[in-house]
Amino acid sequence: MEPRVIDTAGVQALVDALLARGYTVVGPTVRSGAIVNAPITSVEQLPRGWGDDQEAGRYRLRGRGDDALFGFASGAQSAKPVFFPTEEVLWRGRRTPDGFTVEAEDLQDDRRDDQPGADAPYALLGVRSCDLAAIGIQDTVLTGRRPDAAYAARRAAAFVVAVTCSDPGGTCFCVSTGTGPRPGPGRGAPYDLALTELLEPGAHRFLVEVTSDRGAEVLGDIGSTSATAADLEAADGVADRAARRMGRELETDGLKELLYAAAESPVWDDVATRCLACANCTAVCPTCFCTDVEDVTDLTGSLAGRNRVWDSCFDADFSLLHGGRVRASTGSRYRQWMTHKLAAWIDQFGMSGCVGCGRCITWCPAAIDITHEAAVLRREAAEQEALP
Amino acid sequence: MRSIPEYLPAHPFFAGLDDRWIELVTGCAVNAHFRAGQQLFHEGEPADTFYVVRKGRIVISTRTPTGSVVLDTVHEDDVLGWSWLVPPYRWTFDARATDETSAVRFDGACLRQKCEADPELGYALLQRVVQAMSERLRSARVRLLDLYGAPT
Amino acid sequence: MVPRRFVVRSSRPDTRDTRTLELSPVDGGPLAFDAGQFTMLLAFGVGEVPISISGDPTAPDPLVHTIRAVGPVSRALAGASPGTVLGVRGPFGTGWSVGDGRGGDVVFVAGGIGLAPLRPAIREVCAARADYAHVAVLYGARTPDDLLYADDLQRWAGEHDVEVQVTVDHGQHAWRGRVGVVTELVARARFDGARTLGLVCGPEVMMRYSALALLDRGVRKDRVRLSMERNMQCGVGLCGHCQLREYFVCVDGPVLPYDALEPLISRAEL
Repeated sequence: MEPRVIDTAGVQALVDALLARGYTVVGPTVRSGAIVNAPITSVEQLPRGWGDDQEAGRYRLRGRGDDALFGFASGAQSAKPVFFPTEEVLWRGRRTPDGFTVEAEDLQDDRRDDQPGADAPYALLGVRSCDLAAIGIQDTVLTGRRPDAAYAARRAAAFVVAVTCSDPGGTCFCVSTGTGPRPGPGRGAPYDLALTELLEPGAHRFLVEVTSDRGAEVLGDIGSTSATAADLEAADGVADRAARRMGRELETDGLKELLYAAAESPVWDDVATRCLACANCTAVCPTCFCTDVEDVTDLTGSLAGRNRVWDSCFDADFSLLHGGRVRASTGSRYRQWMTHKLAAWIDQFGMSGCVGCGRCITWCPAAIDITHEAAVLRREAAEQEALP
Repeated sequence: MRSIPEYLPAHPFFAGLDDRWIELVTGCAVNAHFRAGQQLFHEGEPADTFYVVRKGRIVISTRTPTGSVVLDTVHEDDVLGWSWLVPPYRWTFDARATDETSAVRFDGACLRQKCEADPELGYALLQRVVQAMSERLRSARVRLLDLYGAPT
Repeated sequence: MVPRRFVVRSSRPDTRDTRTLELSPVDGGPLAFDAGQFTMLLAFGVGEVPISISGDPTAPDPLVHTIRAVGPVSRALAGASPGTVLGVRGPFGTGWSVGDGRGGDVVFVAGGIGLAPLRPAIREVCAARADYAHVAVLYGARTPDDLLYADDLQRWAGEHDVEVQVTVDHGQHAWRGRVGVVTELVARARFDGARTLGLVCGPEVMMRYSALALLDRGVRKDRVRLSMERNMQCGVGLCGHCQLREYFVCVDGPVLPYDALEPLISRAEL
């Protein structure tokens, strides 16, 4: 289907059409000084006129002085919590006179209503290219080998409206990872519609590219006009300008070998003097998938069960064995995280685990920068090489 | 039972050692037999022998006020004793045969003399003794880790 | 991720802190497994831990687990009396594939509780003993009181022509066997390294030294296999806890060849 054009009222019509089809629409909105993802019903809830300043360890909203609805970079949340909730019930059991019974119920009542994923299906509005790539990675991880049925069901039911990133943040490097800034079919997870917000020249409008039958159907419900050559050119311009304004760069060439060889580098000890092992990076990372199980019981011990909760390789007990922890030092945990993300992931899943969204840099309270540490390791390796 | 010159080249300790050297050290050697329960030497005594064990079992132990502690056991194809090689030539532990044991016993002073006369033999012999010592040391260190230790 | 229910049929003490349980399914068929695989064993209301299967792969009913009580969950499991219902997930992971050793020598090197995961493979070899040349079981434990499966050790040596060598870290005078470490047994056992498959299980430090001792005897790196222990939780490579660089030990392991492990176990805290 040929690209179409809608205006701001068209975005509202799109939200309405999705709501009418039974979707809970999750989109960006301003809350507590940050742009977060939450259920929305109106275009008025989108962060109109808001941009952001992002640097290592720093995130601030900034008034843009225009009417852009998507004029900001990645917020702390990706699509991860929607499809892969922070907490999931695995099963519940009940003690009986001759043992116990177990049910793998889908115990929705255990989940809080305000938690994304509580009521499928979801329509995600404004998913960036980096996050589409992240969803694609999580699809491979969570359904590629041993399908996580709940995840797969949420993913299959979801409607995705992607958006071209127009104003990348100071910690962004999706150009380096080849994951953005413009959504493209075949790159990352499939999506239904892709918007590119056009502020100029001409009226405030959105180029809509359609990539699924479902997307075409929804777009058919609302008024749109055909895109002109000028619209297409303007959209290309938005993506080109964004691509030239990446705040960070990551040299990915030979990165796996570099990290594998750097297992005993002093760089890890240096990072450890700064890293708080707070696990912020793994929480905001759109691809980190490690989980823990929590055994829950009631006070009488007659009810018991297991919940799956997000975990982090920075947690002290993550590698716990009888006798101690495999990774006791903070340096070894940072090494594990970075080596897994940028290197071992490639061996495990045939792709890097990093999409260049920059969240781990922005939300690190100690301003540790994965692209910087990678560059330091590369420089160190080059210096070693140069030694006689 | 094979004679000492026949037997020595077959023992792992002497494996690969030049014939003429084996001939040389044989001059320091006699056969020794121990009954089960017989003491070979005590801690603190002058160490003037080196044993190449042919068969049997020897316990190396030390005494504490509350009993004797087994440190190592020596079996067929093992060697026993290196205190003859280095001053102050004194046994560090007790050794006792717990089974009927046959060994080739070397006179320490005789061996030292031959080694000093022929440093090449001395080096070859020392290398073999150090290898045996290194195995014992490694064993002691690994056991120090208490790998199969009781749960805490 | 949901456990099957198994009832404890019998519980037998092996040592002061270790017991062997025989389990039968409450409903459904027996749990077919490969020697070397493990299950996630659940004490209801307490928790779940990985335990290797130590029974006979050709007769998977009952499901046999030898459990050392080292933490709250393993204590609850080891203490489960006959009639108790436990949860079982699995079997998980790679097996020893001891059949790769057919036509040659097989050397089993066990340390401590590490004999339990090897036992199914030893039984597999004993059941087809003629297919193998020399077979050795080299076993190190802390003290004579900590030795597992004394009856089996005797039977393997007496009835199946297996060279069984045992050593203990600390022996009293009443102990008639060897005092020393298991690597000394590797150096002395009567196998031909060039045609040997070496299967090693025990604490990681013991496995590292044992693997080197096998290589010193001429065994090829890819013919030495180790059973790795990491924090296995989900058993299906999803939770991430048991990662050893690129390996999910619960899926790609626990049994991995030494040539793959060498660069990983030689680095601290990997």
